[in-house]
Formats: sequence, C-alpha cells, structure tokens
Amino acid sequence: MSRVGTVGARLYRGEVSYDFIGHRKLWYVVSLVLIAVSVVSLLVRGLTLGIEFRGGAEFRVAAPSASEESVRNTVSDVVGGEIVVQRVGNSTIRAQTETLTSDELEEVQTALAERFDVSSDEVSTQFIGPSWGEDISRKALRALVFFLIGIVIFLSLYFEWKMALAAMIALLHDLLITAGLYSLVGFEVTPATVIGFLTILGYSLYDTVVVFDKVRENTAGLSGGSRMTYSGAVNLAVNQTLVRSINTSIIALLPIGAILFAGVVLLGAGPLKDLALALFIGVAVGAYSSVFIAPAVLAGFKEREPAMQALAKRVAARQGKAATPSGSPGASRKAAGVPADAELDEATDETPAEPVGAASGAAAARPRPGDRRPASRPRPQQRKGGRNRSGGKKKR
Amino acid sequence: MAPPTQSRPGRTLAVLAVLIGLLYGFVWLAAPTALGEDQLSAGQRYQPRLGLDLEGGTSVILTPRRAEGAGPVPKDSLNQAVSIIRNRVDSFGVAESEVTTAGDNIVISIPGKQDKSILDTVQQTAELRFRQVLLSGPGVATPTSTASPSAATSTPSASPEPSTSGSPSGSASPSPTASTDNRAVPRALRANSSPSASATETPATTSTPAPTASAPPGTGQAAITPELQQEFAELDCTDPEAVRQELRTPGRDNPKKPLVTCDEDGAEKYILGPAEVLGTDVDTATADLAMNNQGVATGGWVVNLKFTGEGKKKFGDVTRRLFAEQGDLNRFAIVLDGLSVSAPTTNAVITNGEATISGNFTQDEARDLANVLKFGALPLTFDPGEVQEVSATLGGEQLRAGVIAGAIGLALVVLYSLLYYRGLGLVTAASLLVAGVITYGMVALLGWQLGFRLSLAGVAGLIVAIGITADSFVVYFERIRDEVRDGRTLRVAVETGWARARRTILAADFVSFFAAAVLYLLSVGGVRGFAFTLGLTTLIDIVVVFLFTKPLVTLLARTKFFGQGHPLSGLSPDRLGAPRRTLTTRPPSRRPAVATRIPKEASS
Repeated sequence: MSRVGTVGARLYRGEVSYDFIGHRKLWYVVSLVLIAVSVVSLLVRGLTLGIEFRGGAEFRVAAPSASEESVRNTVSDVVGGEIVVQRVGNSTIRAQTETLTSDELEEVQTALAERFDVSSDEVSTQFIGPSWGEDISRKALRALVFFLIGIVIFLSLYFEWKMALAAMIALLHDLLITAGLYSLVGFEVTPATVIGFLTILGYSLYDTVVVFDKVRENTAGLSGGSRMTYSGAVNLAVNQTLVRSINTSIIALLPIGAILFAGVVLLGAGPLKDLALALFIGVAVGAYSSVFIAPAVLAGFKEREPAMQALAKRVAARQGKAATPSGSPGASRKAAGVPADAELDEATDETPAEPVGAASGAAAARPRPGDRRPASRPRPQQRKGGRNRSGGKKKR
Repeated sequence: MAPPTQSRPGRTLAVLAVLIGLLYGFVWLAAPTALGEDQLSAGQRYQPRLGLDLEGGTSVILTPRRAEGAGPVPKDSLNQAVSIIRNRVDSFGVAESEVTTAGDNIVISIPGKQDKSILDTVQQTAELRFRQVLLSGPGVATPTSTASPSAATSTPSASPEPSTSGSPSGSASPSPTASTDNRAVPRALRANSSPSASATETPATTSTPAPTASAPPGTGQAAITPELQQEFAELDCTDPEAVRQELRTPGRDNPKKPLVTCDEDGAEKYILGPAEVLGTDVDTATADLAMNNQGVATGGWVVNLKFTGEGKKKFGDVTRRLFAEQGDLNRFAIVLDGLSVSAPTTNAVITNGEATISGNFTQDEARDLANVLKFGALPLTFDPGEVQEVSATLGGEQLRAGVIAGAIGLALVVLYSLLYYRGLGLVTAASLLVAGVITYGMVALLGWQLGFRLSLAGVAGLIVAIGITADSFVVYFERIRDEVRDGRTLRVAVETGWARARRTILAADFVSFFAAAVLYLLSVGGVRGFAFTLGLTTLIDIVVVFLFTKPLVTLLARTKFFGQGHPLSGLSPDRLGAPRRTLTTRPPSRRPAVATRIPKEASS
C-alpha cells in the first residue's frame, strides 16, 4: 500500500505522469471505436423496449386454485419474454405479457383455462397500453433539455463555456456508449434502465466537474507566465486527480457490481439487473471519459486560443533556453506555429523535471513563514509559480 | 463555513446527533398509529413505505361513458385522460403510481392498500365552468311551473331590493319572460344558504364599473325558455349526486347552452346561462385558508384560482357585466361536473385574474379540488369499476436479494477504503453508516409525510447513491494527503485541504441536485420518483460531509495516532511521499502558531 501512496505523491508532484493529453489521439480512437460499435449495435440490434413502454396483452384468470407462480409457469410455457403476474382482488390472477399475435393469445388463453380447469370464457384477455406512456418519456425529455441548458449555463459561469462544452461532449459520449453497450448485451429496456441512464447523467457530469475543478485551479493565472502550456496544466490536473478518479470509480462500482451479480446470477429476472447493468456500464464509461476524453477535448479547445498559443510559444522558448537538447526541435516546431498536438509530448515530458527541482527549492524556502502563500484560493498555481521562480533564481 | 465549526468539531458532531435524534422523533410523530384496521407496531412505524412493485396496492378500472350510438372512444382522448390522471396522481405525493390503458379502459393502480380516497379524487372529471345565474330557487321540485305567489310571501325579510330591476342586459331578445316574477324567492333563500359565498369575491381590484352592453347571446333572463322553466320547476335536488350522474351523460351538459342544476348540498337550484369562463382558462389552483374581509383566517378552506391571460380577460368582462346587474343576474355559479359548488354575488369587477371557490371545504377537500383543477378536466367521463387490491409484482426475494447485495457491496467499499486509506478508512465506514442512518430515517419520514414510496429500483438506487456519496470523502482525503505531501502538518492539512475540497464537493453536488430538481419539477411518474431520490441523497451527502466527516477528521487529527502520522493512519508523511523534513525540520514549538492561522486560511 505504501507504494500506492508514493505513486499518488509522485503523480501529485508530476514526477510520474501519464501524458493523457499527448496521447489523446489514441484515446479518441478508442472512444470512436466504442461509439461506432454502439451506433451499429443501436441500429442493428436496437433497444428492446419492455412492456412498460410498448404495452402488451393481459390475461385474467378467475380461479381459486390458481397461484401467482402457477400462472407464471403456465404462461411462460407458451410465450417468452417478460411476464408480470399479480393477484387482483381475492381470486383473480392477472398476467401481463408482451404483445401477442391472436394465435398466441388464444393459445395462452386455452393453456390457462386447461391448467386451472375453468372455461375459456373465464380467462379474459385484452390489450393493455404502456404504463410508461409516451407522455412520461416526452416530459422526461423536456426536463432533460431544460437540465442540459441549465447545466451549460452553470458550468459556463462556474468554469467557462469551453469547459461546459467539453463536459457536454463527454456526457453525450457516455450516454451513447452506455446505450450502445446495453443494447449489445441485449437486456430489455425497462423503467429501471431509464432510471439507470438518468443516474449516469448526473454521475458523469459530477465526475467531470471534479476533474475540471482541479484544471481550473492549475490554470488560474497561467497565461501570464511561461512555465507550462495549458495542455500541460490540464495533464497535471488529470494526473493529480487520477488517484481520486480510480478510487471513486472502484467505490461506486463495488455496490453496483454486487447488485448486478445478484440480479443476473441469483435472480435472473427483474429490474435489479437492468438498473445495475446500465449503472455499471455508465459509471465505468463516465470515469473513463472524465480522465481520457473531457480534459483532452478541453485542451483541444483551449489551445486554439491565441493567448494559449502564445503561451505555448513562450513555454517552448523557455524550454529551449533551458537547453535540453531534446527540447529544441519541439521549440522550433512550436515557433513554426504547429498546433498543440505534436509538441505536447515534449511539453509534458518536460514537466516531471520541473517540480523536482522546484520541490527542493520550496523545501529550502519552507521554514520561512513569510514564504507561505497569503491566500489559499489560486494556491497551487501561485505556489508552483513561486516555487518555480525561486527554483529558477537558484538556477540562474 | 464559520470558524467555530472548525475549532469545535465536538459541538458540530453533537448538533448532528441531535438532528438525527429529531429526525427519528419526527418519524414517530408523523407515522399514524394505525393504517385502516391494522394497528402499527413501533417497528412498522419506522419502516419505509414500499412501492407498487414490492407491496402491491389498490387498483380501479375506469370505463369511459359513451354517448348513444357514438363510435369507439377516440385514442387521443384516452391518452390525454391518462396523462391528466397521472398528473393528478403525482400531485398526491411521490408514490410512483401506475396509470395505463387496458382496451378502452383506464386502469389506475396506487401503492398501499389504504389510500382508496385518492382513487375517488383522481377519476373526477373536473369540468369547471363559470355560468351566470339566471334564476335560482329552493332545491325542491315545485309542483306548479311558476311559483310566484308563494314565493312573494316567503320573502318579506330578506330581499334587499325590489325585484323589478331585472333589466336584461343589452341582449337582443324582445322582452323579459314571465319568469322574472319569481326572482324574489332565490334572493331570500340565498341569504341563508350560501352566506359565505358572497364574501369570497372580495379580492378585487375594483375599477369603475363600466357596464358593457355587449353581453353574449343567451345570457340574461331572456334566455329562459318555457322548457327551461319547466325543467327547473321539476328538478328535485334532494339527491344532488344523482343529478350530477344524470348531467354527466355525454352531450347533456353543453357549455354553449343554459343549464338547469342544483348546488352541491342540494339546498338550491338554478337556471344558469351558457358557460362564459371554462376550466381551460384556469392557470393554477391552490388550496388556501379562507380569509374574511379583514384578512383574518376564518378556519375554513377555499380554492384560489388564477386565470390564464385569456381567462383573466374573460373573467374581467363577466364580472364587469354582472356587477351592473342586480338580483340573481348579479350572481355567477362555479359549476364543477354539473353541480354548482358556489354561486357568489358579484360585488366588484375582478380584473386581476383571480377568483376564489368557497364551499364548505375541509383542508383535504380543498387540496384535492385544487390538485384536480390544476391539471384540467378529463376529456371523457368515466364510470368507475370496482376498487380491487392488487398484489406485489415482485416477490420478496427480489427485495431481499437487492438489499443483501447492496449491503455486501457497501461492505466491500469499507474494506477497500480500509486497505487504501488505513485509519481514514474507518472514517469512511463511519460516514457511510451515518449516511445510511439518515437516509433510512428520511425515507421513513417522507413516506408518512409526502407519500414517498420505494420501488425496487429506488432501493437499489439508494444503495448505489450511498456508495457514490463516498466520493466526497475520497475528494477530501486526497486533498488532505496532497497537503501533507506539500509538507504541511496534518492539523494544518486537514483545514487547508477542507477549504479546497469543500468547493469541489459543493460544485459537484450542485450539479447532481440541479439535475434532481429539474427532473422532479418537469417530469412525471417513475422519473419523478427517481429525481426525488437523487435530490435526497445529494442533500444527505452534503450534511454528512459537513457535519460528520469533516469534524471527525479534525478531531482525529488531534489524536496522536493520526496527528503524528502513524503508519496505519493512512496519513503517514513517509508513506505519502512527503518530504521527510516536514516533521523533523519544523520545531514542535512552532505548531501552535501555525494552528492559529488555520481559520483565516480555511475561511478565505
């Protein structure tokens, strides 16, 4: 465990880092493949809607000898799919199935009449409408649209609109892949599934907000300096929150996984497995996108800004001055105006070196109370900047 | 966050303990002692109420009434009726009831076996119409068609003005019919049959009454035909419900034609003009305490209506015209499903688009009526079938399996955080426990207060949500560890880490809560139930982190085990990879000085 803790520390200081932003093309490809699979699956296999959405057929048996279990078995011998059995009043059992052809309808009716020794007339049949009607879906969709508009406004105010946009892209990414993988598994869509999807909506955004909060912290006042590119700062933020992301995902997936196991293996039917499957896929994809997709998309947006491109040039120039031979080709490429992608590897590969030196500088400075940052708000930025400056001074 | 919370974690924890105690006390108070005939044991009072899928409930089949010879029931009307009934059912609480069609019928199922009264309310057609009173009389059948002689004798005391004033408004009909004669009767009767009614129309922004000459055709006494006169005379209001049933025959109660009907308690009967303001003109309806002219609550309940823009104009026009009238013609009747609920006099021109229905409502009746009116009238009239109990659709083993699996899952969460966070993992375990206790109490309380019921998906959702709650602790712990890595002592790190973690937690929780609020307000059925659960757990997350986790960590940081960074505490600077000198280079004597700086830093 101590090793894990140390890895956390090294991630935090940037000594160890995975270059999420630099390798973004790889992860974009991974996501595109997942999305392609999802879209194909949605188009080919589609989502099978349960009787709550489509309606179906209903049988009522008025026989004192009938039990819920025996009716269920009798019906399931004739037709497959979801069967909802319920006792109504004292002696009537109601069974609801998916929509049946008139032949099937008659077959089930006869089977029930024979099984419980009543005349066919005493087994009534009728078509039932969806209990989750179109109006529920329509209103839920309307609510979703309002929510998304509201959340874009909130994120734009709390962060900035580019972060809001990146978060939205990640959200759509999560929902699409979750729906696709769900259709691939082939479970029926029940109200529990929809509830699972809606939970993911909140969870995916929640996860992205946590990562972006760190990004904002790391990038405050960034454009004034020449220490780190925007992409570099984003990458550091992702690495710093990586341990949190992993822990949170594991912690969220443990109860979901347990319920999924119970739903699929122990019960085999019912809403538990639908809900848990949607949640399991969604939480996993949400965690993945908050680490690999949302920050990369954000960095892509931001690196197009002139201020950030200028920053990238300054950083490149500075690193060129620092005269690591490997730095110069990158610098020249940057000077030539090659956009972010290519130089990121170098920019971020450089970062580990920096804080190490900085740490010692800061350590030397630490005992002096005056050196402590005055306010905590833009701290890491100032602190790191401060460290760097002191480190830089020492170097010079 | 106020500094005292940071410096006095013990007190915060005590506050939380008191709050939890209060919560469980409220559950006890909110729970009824008995449900129907069943006495509730103490354990049952603390049991969350379960949804239709787990507990079963009550179901009724509504059959649309069809006019003679009319074709099949239009699908659109049926779907619209389902949607309206669903809205009404939802307004009774977060119970996730089920409204669906079966053939041409509508089936309403609500969870719980005792809440049958809801079924009566939601299937009401709730056709609301405002009609001018053309003529009123006592609610008994009169053998002769015109009752003027007897009427005149019966009214010496109460008729405030001579009944000669009935100048019919500028309608085109040639002359008042003979019926004008017996207008004195109703005046007398009205004075004692509905005294409260006239007081209700007072919320008025009285403008100068400018009687318009443009009364719609069919209003005024000119509209009273001999046939209506005949019908009026024969009408017997001793059983108003029977009159209502008769009037609910399709095509019988035509808004464009005059109507002969009774009031709800059968004391009075009326000839009413065509409907001038309709239920569709009502924007919202709320149940409120009745106020008298001085604005003092009278103890009764009323339903306040707010009209839409169009309705406001119509209602203003009607009251302007009626205000200029006298006697019966000065009154309008608020007709609900055929019967008059109240028939107040118009003593002001009401242009603010608000009206009050006052019957002799209890609080529940007023609330039910408001709920029903809010969502408009059903496009069809239904005959209710037998109310039946329905069993749960899911066996008990589903709930058991879900709860056990969830408990195992949460136990794994605790195990994982113990492995990863060592001593801090205990904080996670305790926080999850507290979150669980609060969640359980809230669900039980809201079950009794708001009719909140848990479906199986809801139970699973709650368990998962409690797991996700753990994220707040992870965010906080990671921040503390980051601060320790930066070389801060634990006691400082706990505070500075909190200042930053708090913002992240609040922002992320805001997103969740916003999602919940929007979905709850704008959607219906199962989605609404889900949104409620999500909002609830998000709030509980904030309560637990602020009132439990943070103060607990602050307390623990003062202990030797955590404060000195014992290897098993999860905060050992060595293991976290903090620079070694943290503990060694800083002289112990400095610590108090640093500690006093905390609040400033943390609260900035």
